[in-house]
Parts: sequence; structure tokens; C-alpha cells
Amino acid sequence: MIPVLLVTVPLLAAAGLLVPAARRVVRGYGLAVSGLVLGLSIALAATFDYARPAAVQAEVDVAWTPGLDLRFHLGVDGISLPLVVLTALLTALCFVYLAGRPSRRMRALTVALLVLEAGMLGTFVALDLLLFFVFFEVVLVPMYFVIAVWGGPGRRAAAVKFILYTLLGSAVLLLGLLLIWAQTGTLDMVDLARTHGSGMSRGAQILAFVAVAGGLAVKAPMWPLHTWLPDAHTEAPTVGSVLLAGVLLKMGTYGLARVAVPVLPQGAEAVAPWLGAFAVIGIVYGSLACLAQRDLKRMIAFSSVGHMGFVLLGFATLTPVGMNAALFGNVAHGLITGLLFFLAGGVKDRYGTSDMTRLGGGMLGRLPYLGSLLTFAAVASLGLPGLAGFWGEMLALLGAFSPGAGLSRPLYLVFMAIGGLGTVLTAAYFLVMLSRVTHGRPDARWRDARLPDVTGYELAAWSPLVALTLVIGLWPKSLLLVTDPAVRVLLGVVP
Amino acid sequence: MIQSIDYAAIAPPLILALAAGLVLLLDAFLGRPRAPGFAALGGVLLSTAAVAWLAVEGAGRATFCIPGELRGGGPASCSYVADRFTLVISAVMLGAAVVVVLLSMTELARGDVPAGEWYFLLLCAFAGAVALPASRDLVMLVVSLELVSLPVFVLAALRRYDGRAGEAALKLFLVSVVSTAVMLFGASLVYGVTGEIHLERIAAVLAGARFTDAVPAPGAGAPVAVAGVVLVLAGFAFKVAAVPFHFWAGDVYRGAPVPVAALLSVISKAAGFAGLILLFTLAFPALRGVWGPLVAVLAAATMTVGNLLALRQRHAVRLLAWSSVAQSGYILAPLASADRGAVPASVAYLALYAAMNMGAFAVVAVVARTRAGNELDDYRGLWAVSPWSAAALGFFLVCLAGLPPGLAGLFAKIVVFREVVAGGLGWLAIVMAINTVIGLYYYIAWAGRLFAAVRPGRAVPVTAPAGVAVAIALVATGVFSALPQLAISALG
Repeated sequence: MIPVLLVTVPLLAAAGLLVPAARRVVRGYGLAVSGLVLGLSIALAATFDYARPAAVQAEVDVAWTPGLDLRFHLGVDGISLPLVVLTALLTALCFVYLAGRPSRRMRALTVALLVLEAGMLGTFVALDLLLFFVFFEVVLVPMYFVIAVWGGPGRRAAAVKFILYTLLGSAVLLLGLLLIWAQTGTLDMVDLARTHGSGMSRGAQILAFVAVAGGLAVKAPMWPLHTWLPDAHTEAPTVGSVLLAGVLLKMGTYGLARVAVPVLPQGAEAVAPWLGAFAVIGIVYGSLACLAQRDLKRMIAFSSVGHMGFVLLGFATLTPVGMNAALFGNVAHGLITGLLFFLAGGVKDRYGTSDMTRLGGGMLGRLPYLGSLLTFAAVASLGLPGLAGFWGEMLALLGAFSPGAGLSRPLYLVFMAIGGLGTVLTAAYFLVMLSRVTHGRPDARWRDARLPDVTGYELAAWSPLVALTLVIGLWPKSLLLVTDPAVRVLLGVVP
Repeated sequence: MIQSIDYAAIAPPLILALAAGLVLLLDAFLGRPRAPGFAALGGVLLSTAAVAWLAVEGAGRATFCIPGELRGGGPASCSYVADRFTLVISAVMLGAAVVVVLLSMTELARGDVPAGEWYFLLLCAFAGAVALPASRDLVMLVVSLELVSLPVFVLAALRRYDGRAGEAALKLFLVSVVSTAVMLFGASLVYGVTGEIHLERIAAVLAGARFTDAVPAPGAGAPVAVAGVVLVLAGFAFKVAAVPFHFWAGDVYRGAPVPVAALLSVISKAAGFAGLILLFTLAFPALRGVWGPLVAVLAAATMTVGNLLALRQRHAVRLLAWSSVAQSGYILAPLASADRGAVPASVAYLALYAAMNMGAFAVVAVVARTRAGNELDDYRGLWAVSPWSAAALGFFLVCLAGLPPGLAGLFAKIVVFREVVAGGLGWLAIVMAINTVIGLYYYIAWAGRLFAAVRPGRAVPVTAPAGVAVAIALVATGVFSALPQLAISALG
């Protein structure tokens, strides 16, 4: 029952805001609703039976449109549960942030964010291919408006680029899903994952995998389909960037874990080396692009390309280790990059720019709290052992060291080596960024500027992310225990 | 030869025809300017009730059948059949007709158009539109199709001293006459080869059966039959504005009054598609090898060209005109697939499209009253002054683009995609996928303007009839969004 509430509560709340009289309650409204949804997701996590995380729990299955075989089939297992909680958490934190820094046209922004939340949560709890697709599409329009209305100076072009790119990906994804449906005659993701694509020829599986993974790779994003991302992330308002990086990208990789790899094993085996190659190119390309950036926000955006490269590399190994790495990396990236975008937004709000050369150095001296948080997030993102970012990257490389049966080991060793080089480059650009922004002497230009340090609202929005980064960094098993059994079932490996 | 006519079966068009006569009388003798409008609305609603009654009754009625002694051993071959297909298409037509009548009430409030003539012509076109899906022989098909088309030329030109309207009417007239001529020529070739005018008999003869000795054995004339089929297809392609017979759409929609443009984009188009589906699936299934690939190419070209033309438009109605050409492509696409679900998919798309497109036209008609230019930029910031109109238009546009929250449009696209994939037309599916992206660009750019933060212009007053029209379209689209089953399984 809870998955249904996760989807309907934000939608109904958004509809409620459209009533003209709702104008007055808008300030605390989003916070209350997203807090309620967060509470629901925590209740879901609390009632989850951790003894059998591979089984679908809290299942709801009602026929919706028999003519399309479309069923309203929702549920969670070990793969979706962490992402559901992450989504609810990040949305709630966005509203906490907005409570401290109200935006213009707050009512419309609240509606957009709540619809967005419903779409994101729905994507993670849907267990019917078409329903998954419907929720996958729900996020497009609200995110378009979030970028196009509340974004930076280049917002229009960025928003259009975002929606066109991702819609093209969605259309290709739909073709792949319908191909699966035409070949197997079912849309039920649980059934499909259980039968591991029996009834589909190898050729059909490859075709469907290319379409499904290609469509999802636009969202993930995978190099070379990532070009919408830097603009969208840079131009989006802070909460938009946080949700884009923290959740929307995960919808692509979640789809790979949920649909592409388990349902189309033969297709996955044939295409995985390509996926791995694009992934490591993305890692290196993302890092090099980051080194060349002057804008803090744009640099973080490009860092997502690199980090999602590690996630995709994890999938490409087709091993339980790699898949676990990918799912771990997903959550870690959501926490850390979400925090980084919050901080970049905080920097931009204070200095009025996020250009690193204009910011000058010395943030640690001038704004010690903000500077320390930025340092923390940056070292977490570069994969310092003991923080969340480390495990996803390390396990992905470990997975590449011994890839799944049928994959060429030498090739994956090359991938591993290039990925390892990527971790070094990642460390390099984050350290360069820190040396330019947080260290050194404050720039004279800001001497007379009034620069308040971290406010209470910001602290409330950011500290949960810091805490979770530490917790799952120091105790990775907390997450792996939930995902691992589910991963083994999806891959058909008996534990 | 005495025919017994089943008046219950022909009630829907009959009521409309009688209402048309009544409207003229009312206009001449009652002298109240608003009476014809309400009489027309009553006629349409009564006809809808008749369709609903026939649907509830369930037994597919048929009339004007061949008497037993003339059948030559063949089937009864009725000319007028009120089966499920007929009733579903009629319901779509009449739903759109209600909106057109309501929009006309707003349009005619200015008083520069004679009301009696206007509603008379509208009802004539509606009668043809409702008779068309019931037609099961070539003569009846052509007559119904002309009954839909002829009044529209006059409707387009009814506002006097309007250059654009006159030009639109003339263009529409020329295109329509040419297409009718082409179609008639094709139909006559088919008749010449098979010696039959009833669709099911034509199919039987093309498949090898013989009911008469008046013509040589079929098979000998196969190339002529192929030529006939291609010409008929071309004729219908004109009617539904499929590429390469699409040139007239932009100017005609733009020049005609908005209710007439709405009629053209939904009722006239649905009539064309109904005729196309009837002819090709009932009469020419044996020649699928000929027309299947042609329809596929036509569909791909239509959606691509329509979308590309729509991209460059700055005028609201012209944009809707070209987008409706593109939508024709999506309706055609499933027909190219040999799959069993092809016709239900096309009909489902047609029904969903009718609801969304009527809604968009209804809001445009409202806005056109105060912003005569009706450029896309006139819609900037509409949200600030007329939130309900803006929200409704935004919803319809997102529906047409096929994105949530416009689930009706999304499901319409999924149905069509599914048929195309199931029919094995991978290339067409990819063309469609690219086209949905092109389509999204102009729809979302328009929808984005509605919510732009600019200095608000004048509010857009909504008249009661137009408000009801928008509300009807909104309810229909909303219901289809929540329960797409209604459209998707309409044909069972």
C-alpha cells in the first residue's frame, strides 16, 4: 500500500495547490508534503523484510488498461528501496533549502517539484514495463519548467535541449520495451526478470537491449549521449540541479539494472563490452572536461559524467560485484553530488557567481563552514576511502578485474586500467578546484562584500547528506546487504 | 422492388438532416438570432442519444440490403450498417460536433455571419460525417464524403468581405474537387473490374468469387484493380491532408473561421480515415501487398513533413494545421501493419486525437476573439491573466505532444507504436520516434510561452458556450487519460 501512497500523495498535494485559495499556505506546504512522503518511505524501509530483500514486497497489482496489458503494479525490493528513500530524502531536503531561501513563483515551483517527486518515486516502484515508462516520462515536463522558469541566463536553450534529448531517449526506450512485449507477450517486470528473456531469440535480445539501454543511456548519461547534461545542470536552479543529478540520472541506471540486464541477458552479454568502452571513455572524458572548467557548477555537472561512467562500468561487467558497485555508486553519487550542487548553489547565492577565477581563493578563511563542507563533499566525490564515493568506484574496478562469463577478460583489464587512471584524474580536478576556491587568501574584490556563512536552513538541508555519506562510507555493508541478494536473483546467480 | 428501411439504424444521420431543415425554417420564421444555434445543438445531442441507444441495444443493425432474388448467391451486402465501428466513429464525430456548434455560437455572436445558413451547413456536414462510417458501398461512401466536404467550402467563405476566408474556401474547393475526381475515377476502375459496388462483394470478387456474368472473370483485370486502389488511396490522401497532398492545409485552416478549422481537423479528417479504413480493410484486403507499403511510406512522409512545417509556424492556427497533418501520419501508421489490432489502434488514436485537438482549437478560438493576430507570441504570459484558459491549453498541447500529465496522448502514441512494432515495421517505428521529438519541440515551445513571466496583456474573456466547449474537451481528455481503455478497446 505504501508504494501507492508514495506516488499519489505528492500528486494529490500538487493538485491541491492548484486551487486558488492555496496561495496562502504555500510556504510550509511543500516541506510538509515532502516530509510526509519521506516519512512514508522510511516506514516502507522499516517494514521491509530484510531477511528476503530479493523478493518484491509491499506489492500492489491492479489492472489499469487491459487493452494495453497495462497494470498498476507497484512494489519494492532490495534494488529499488535505497533509491526510493534517497529520492524522498533529497526532495524533502530541497524543500528545506527552499524554506530558507524562498524562490519567486513559489507555488508553481512547489507544484513542479511535487509532480517531479511523484514521477521519480513511481519510476522506482513500478513493476510493469509500460507503467515504468509512464512514470519515466512524468518527470520531463516538470523538470523542463523548473529549468526554463527558474534557471540561469541560458535557461531556455538548456531546458529545450534537456527535454528533446531525453524524449528521444524515451522514444527509443519505448520501442525497446514494446519489442520485449511483442516477443514475450508480457509486460510484468517480475515475470520477465524471472524467466531471463526466455522466448526471445539472441538477435531480438540484442536489438531490444540496444534500444532499451540506448534510451536509458541518454538519461544516465553515457558518453557520447551526455551533451544535454552540462547545460541543464548549469542552468537549472539549485534544487533542479540537485534532483537532476541526485535522482533523474539514477532513473537511467536503475532501468539498466531492472530491465535491460536481467530481462535481456544474451543481449547484455553481446553489448556489454561496448557499454564498458563508452563507460571508461566517459570516465576519462568527464575528468578531462572537469579540469578545463572555470565554472564550479559546470565542473560538478561534468563530474557526473565521470561518476556515472563508473556506474555504467559496473553494469558492463555483468557480475554481482559490478552490479552492486553500480547500485552503490548510484546512491553515493546521489548523496554526494546532491550535496555538491547544494553547496555550489550556496556559493552562487553569496558571491553572485560560480566562476572559479572570479571567486578567487580563501573560502576556508572567509566562510569556514561553507568552505569545510565544500572540501568534505569534494573529497567524498573524489573517492576518499571511508566515504561513500570510494566503494562504488573501487567495486566497479574490482568487477572489471574478473568480468562475467563470456566477456573478454583482457578487454576488461584495459577498462579497469583506464578507469583507474580516471580515479586519479578525478582526484586531480577536485584538488585543483579546492586549491583555487577554498585555499589561499581571499580575493580583494570580496573584502567589503557581506558574505554570511551557512544558515540554519542550509545546515538542516545539508547535514543529513554529510551524515549519510559518512555512514555508508564507513559501513558499506548496510547498503550492500540490501542490494546483493536482489542483484544475484536478477543476474540468475544462485547465492 | 420494395425496400423496408430500418429507421432506427439510420436515426443518427436522419435526425441531423431533419434538424438542418428545422434550422432553416426557424431562422426564416422565428427571427431570433440565437434560435438556430440551440436547435443545431439539440439536433446533435439527439443524434448522439440515438447513437448511444444503438450502442446499448447492441445488435448491429443493417439496412438497404440487396433483396434475396438479386444476391446471385452472394451475401446480403447491406449498404448501411450500424455496427460497433460505425457507432464508435459516429460518437467521435458527434462529440466533436458538439464542440464545433458551441464554438460557432461564440464565433457568430459578432453577427457578421448569417446564423441560419451557418448551422444548416454545419448540420449537413455532420449528417454526412455520421452516415459515412455506416456506408458499405462505393456510392454511399462517395456521397457521404461529399456531404461532409461540400458544406465546408461555403462555411469557410460565409464571412463576407474577408479575403483570406475567400481564398481558403477556393483552395479547399479546388483541392476537394480534384481529390473527389481522382477518387471517383479509382472507384469506377474498381467497379469496372469487379462489377460490384458493395465492399464485401468487391473483396470476395478480388479474392476469386463471382456473383455476376456482367464482367469478365476477375484476375484478368488485376492491374486495373491495382490502379483503382492507388487512385482511391490518393483521393483519400487529399481528404486527410496526407503528404504529398497536404499543401492546402496551412492556408485553409488559417483563412477559415476557427470552428471550421476545428471541423476540418477532426470531423472531416475522421471522415476521410473512416472511409479509408472501410475501403481498405473491407474491400481491398486481397491487395494489401499493394497498399500496405504505400500507406507506410505515406505515413512516414506525412508525419515528418507535417512536423517540419509546424516547426516554422508563428501563427497558432497554422501550427495546429501542420501539426494535425503530422497527427494524420500517426493515424495512418498502424494501418500499414498487417496486424489484427491495426484498425482498433487507428480508431483509438483518432478518438484520443479528436478530444485533444478539439480542446486546443476551442481555447484558440477563445483567445482569437481578443488577440486577433493569433500569433504564438500573443500567448505569452496568458497564465497570468487567464489561468484557466492557459492551463487548459497547456494540458491539450502536452497531450498532443504525448507526454504526461497528458496521458491520453501518451497512450495514443503507445498504441500506435505497439501496432507498428508488432507489424514488424521497425523503420517506421524509428521514424515515428524521431517525429515525436520534433513534435514535442513546437508543442512545448508554445506551452512554455503560456507560463512565461512577462507583463500581462489583456485578460481573455471566455463566453459561456466556449467555456462549455473547453470543459467538454477537458473532461473527455481527462477521462481518456485516466481510462484509456475506453478508446483503446472501443472496437472490442
